[in-house]
Amino acid sequence: MTALTDLTIAGMKAGLAARDFSAVELTDAHLAAMEAARGLNAFIVETPDIARAQAAAADAALARGDARPLAGIPLGIKDLFCTEGVQTTAGSKILQGFIPQYESTVSGKLLADGAVMLGKLNMDEFAMGSSNETSAYGRVISPWKAGDSNRELVPGGSSGGSASAVAARIAAGATGTDTGGSIRQPAAFVGISGIKPTYGRCSRWGVVAFASSLDQAGPMARSVADCALMLTSMCGYDAKDSTSLNVPVPDFAAGLTGDMRGRRIGIPREYRLDGMDPTIIALWEQGIAWMKDAGAEIVEVSLPHTKYALPAYYIIAPAEASSNLARYDGVRYGLRVTPPGGNLADMYSATRAAGFGTEVKRRIMIGTYVLSAGFYDAYYTQAQKVRTLIARDFERAWEQCDLLLTPTAPSAAFAFGDKADPLEMYLNDVFTVPSSLAGLPAMSVPAGLSADGLPLGLQIIGRPLDEAGVLDAGLAIERAAGFTARPGR
Amino acid sequence: MSVDEPTVRKIARLARIGIADDDVAPLAGELSAILGWIEQLGEVDTAGVAPMTAVIPNHLAWRVDQVTDGDVQAKVLANAPDATSGFFAVPKVIE
Repeated sequence: MTALTDLTIAGMKAGLAARDFSAVELTDAHLAAMEAARGLNAFIVETPDIARAQAAAADAALARGDARPLAGIPLGIKDLFCTEGVQTTAGSKILQGFIPQYESTVSGKLLADGAVMLGKLNMDEFAMGSSNETSAYGRVISPWKAGDSNRELVPGGSSGGSASAVAARIAAGATGTDTGGSIRQPAAFVGISGIKPTYGRCSRWGVVAFASSLDQAGPMARSVADCALMLTSMCGYDAKDSTSLNVPVPDFAAGLTGDMRGRRIGIPREYRLDGMDPTIIALWEQGIAWMKDAGAEIVEVSLPHTKYALPAYYIIAPAEASSNLARYDGVRYGLRVTPPGGNLADMYSATRAAGFGTEVKRRIMIGTYVLSAGFYDAYYTQAQKVRTLIARDFERAWEQCDLLLTPTAPSAAFAFGDKADPLEMYLNDVFTVPSSLAGLPAMSVPAGLSADGLPLGLQIIGRPLDEAGVLDAGLAIERAAGFTARPGR
Repeated sequence: MSVDEPTVRKIARLARIGIADDDVAPLAGELSAILGWIEQLGEVDTAGVAPMTAVIPNHLAWRVDQVTDGDVQAKVLANAPDATSGFFAVPKVIE
């Protein structure tokens, strides 16, 4: 029999419905896996007591016959989601010991649908990072190793704890958040699937804010169908988020067909970078061939402003972050540091100096600079104009195609310390940032392995609100790729 | 754009982040490198282009003008580093 922790969410649902195992047994198997894999440092807080109580409630609901869609499914929750009564830090020292008095809308919806919370997942501090090296609670380690090498690899970021826990079979699925690629890039690095829905699909209420015009929650899981199951529960209008979209949420899992016949797949020529890794190009070409085999029509398209997406992002995201993170002042919650004899202003600067890590400080300072008097128009306004042009590029592409197919990241997972230069780290998000700036749904699906056996992902980008189309293309790639590789630990 | 040390100190003060003297020069270098890279945006012709305000067209929802929340003083203060007599307490502001 397959180990309980190896099952997909769909498989767990079937086994629970057939009474092959109980929700408590399923949760206990995952709690044991969590304990055994503590070396990965995927969790900041483990919540075994909450998990067992929720599993028992799921068993009772299953026995009564009124189980909700995710009853008994053990999930990890990224530490960016406020969880009532359970410490939420966003990976930052400045929020150490912060106990939310309320539940975020998205985590609350998953729990209301019967999910079991295993714990809070480690992440880059305030979701700023692509490698999980910026967490104040220690780096998350990927369960994968390259070839015969024993070097520890990054799980990607910022949802690195989510990626590592799902790939290592500690959690069946996990919540992630994506501002410039923080669901898709880690999913690609550890060989799992993850989708960032259209901006506004998932409520941001109770999600610690990084860059509000970009932040979106989404699921990460070991199959496209599992992502669809979780996404249906996570989406929905919320009056408490003024950017929440009041549109119907389809049953994404029920509608999943993987049928590509008659779909036009755009291949953006600007994503073919100079000096790009030939393995990534080969994988992309393989993906194009799979799409053709599945009945899709391939169209070359142009997104002319692609190269300006990253610099625009590194103005807009830090600008919003500098404003959002102004709230951490040592007064209402979180860390407070008061120098001896210091006044209120001294307290603010000492608290923020001690509470924020290097990358967060760097981004707050960039944001402060680009918004400061005399520079606002040259930087911030220009970046928002370029953002309009980037969104317009996509709108024009949709006249020629229904979906876009690209690589998720320019490389496989790298080792800790390999990208010490912040700029080099930023460039890792080159393929994920443009669709974030345009608010579009996009997902990564594992599609192959690098020369030394590390997972590589392909990205599908869709029109606004066409998560169903993105998931269908994801399923087509999943079927064609037959990705069965799994990490060694 | 090269960011000099006085500018670094000014930004840090605006951001209310204390920085050690030893960190000023390295920060000036890092910020200059990042801002120098960002400056390529200047070459994009944006004449007549409106800055983006909403990434997905949406409108702000109306609601009835009534109190929907409140009477949760204990919850509001639950995470305060220093709460006194039902208030947030801070170091002395007036000399």
